Amino acid sequence: MAKQGVEPDELTQPFWDAANEKRLVIQNCVDCDRLQHPPSNTCRDCDDGGQLAWKQVSGRGTIYNYGVVHDCPVRLLQEDQPFNLAVIMLDDDPGIQMYSHLPGVPVDDVPVGAAVEVIFEPSANGQLVPEWRVIDG
Amino acid sequence: MTTPTAPDAMYRNDEGLGIWEHRGKVAAVGVGHAPTSRRWDGRPETCVGAITIDALRKAIDDAGVAPDQIDGLVVVPVTTTGAFWEQGKPLPMDVIQSFNQTDDPLDGIAKLSAEWLLANMPELTNVNFTMYGPGCMSNALNVTAQAVGDGLTHTCLVVKSWHNFEGRYYQGGANAGNALPGTPAVTQLWGGPASYSTALQFAEYCRKYGKTHEMMAPFMENSRRNGLRFPEGYWAQHRPEELIPEDYLASRWIAKPANLFDNDIPIMMSGAYLFSTAERAQDMKQNPVYILNHASSNTRPRSLVPTLDEVEADTARTGRKIYEGAGITADDLSFENMYDGFSLFHQFHLEGLGYRGIKFGEALDFYQTDISIEGPNPVSPSGGNVGSGRSRVWMHTDCIQQLQGRAGARQVTGVKPEVGVSGGPMPLGGNYTVWSASPD
Ligand SMILES: [Zn+2]
Repeated sequence: MAKQGVEPDELTQPFWDAANEKRLVIQNCVDCDRLQHPPSNTCRDCDDGGQLAWKQVSGRGTIYNYGVVHDCPVRLLQEDQPFNLAVIMLDDDPGIQMYSHLPGVPVDDVPVGAAVEVIFEPSANGQLVPEWRVIDG
Repeated sequence: MTTPTAPDAMYRNDEGLGIWEHRGKVAAVGVGHAPTSRRWDGRPETCVGAITIDALRKAIDDAGVAPDQIDGLVVVPVTTTGAFWEQGKPLPMDVIQSFNQTDDPLDGIAKLSAEWLLANMPELTNVNFTMYGPGCMSNALNVTAQAVGDGLTHTCLVVKSWHNFEGRYYQGGANAGNALPGTPAVTQLWGGPASYSTALQFAEYCRKYGKTHEMMAPFMENSRRNGLRFPEGYWAQHRPEELIPEDYLASRWIAKPANLFDNDIPIMMSGAYLFSTAERAQDMKQNPVYILNHASSNTRPRSLVPTLDEVEADTARTGRKIYEGAGITADDLSFENMYDGFSLFHQFHLEGLGYRGIKFGEALDFYQTDISIEGPNPVSPSGGNVGSGRSRVWMHTDCIQQLQGRAGARQVTGVKPEVGVSGGPMPLGGNYTVWSASPD
């Protein structure tokens, strides 16, 4: 699916740079050692806003849940309707979620609970974007 | 005078706060609604500012209060969640020139300030307290109740309005472009519609408890039925059509399992109330409806979408806060008017309240029983957003009118209207009010 391009900003530059190297990194709090996603400037769990560092994760996860998008607000994705939109839980910390279109999985035939691994797909401006594919067997 | 946003300290977010210190000492009296419409037709007399003035004046008349007795105004400054004035679109100068303007030309057209309202309601000569309760009427009600209780104002108007323009929600701006900035891209590249997160929670709920989307049909039918008895509402005014199960279930998907009717219809509307101290309310034209408590949740999900576990933990916590501060139990509720836009989360609110003793996973079965206004277990007698269009206001108006005994064709008859609860929006993150016909 042709996703919109990405123009990395200060906060997310390391996330997108890592994606271009086919690595998945997630913010981790130096003070409380907890992963955090989506990214923000401070740790939301530390009262005084802990320092964050980017941490490479395994790129393994599970399909937690999904819906089927029939009426998408993003113009570029509308020609692909209907499409799966799943939420992946990371093996490194199941509380951390990432979205996926689950390339290759038939629409509305999503194996909830199946193991997945991260892949990287080009977006409209060439920036690689993390996606997820079901691990066979 | 610059209007401040209500400080966090005005909301009751925590458990263990005990009975609300102003329980029964603040009352809602007057109700005012402007006529609804699907979209703005561009005329000055129908812009969001104009309909807000209309609703406020109706609330003042309804309470039978002289405008110079009013000393407070609480406003929700945001008047849409998805209909924005396009950048570069010419300003409607004829509309702007029809009103006393603030420095923001879109004030009264695509947003609302307290200053704009006061500049265009010369009869409000004694307002010396203004405050913003951002988001929903539900926030603004909490702020108003607390402000009156704290003595910041004794006779206070509170208003929430919605504008709607041509075109569809969320389709312009960044969503129409070919690239996104890095931070929003992390979540928005995948294109989930507004109801997607709720659809996911509902899907998980159905998997966990063995329920189906079809089981929503009686709730949807009941809500529209109640909405058609809400003369202030959009469907009653413009499209008096029942929502039978066949039509509900045949409608197109937006984000399966959320279909078109599970998404409330955007409209233009304005709803206003007049609040006062319980003491002053005794001399007004309508029966006072006493506030027993207000409660809030500011919980955020750990990551992208709230899980069912997060939802259930928080709705249960919200239920406990609601009851604790009001000094009541679930048994005291005559009816419930929790939020329903999106319809697929109403059951989370119900289960969190333990309404009529229902537990997690039981609300959809409860929907298959008599949930009508004539029965012993009324569910959403207002009909909510499903029954009257997107406003997040109907639930509150209905609580006031039911307890005043003037809900008309919508009046509950299977229970004695003594105590009601309303509020929302989301299962995580919401504001709630407990209303009572009696101060005790
Ligand atoms: Zn931390």
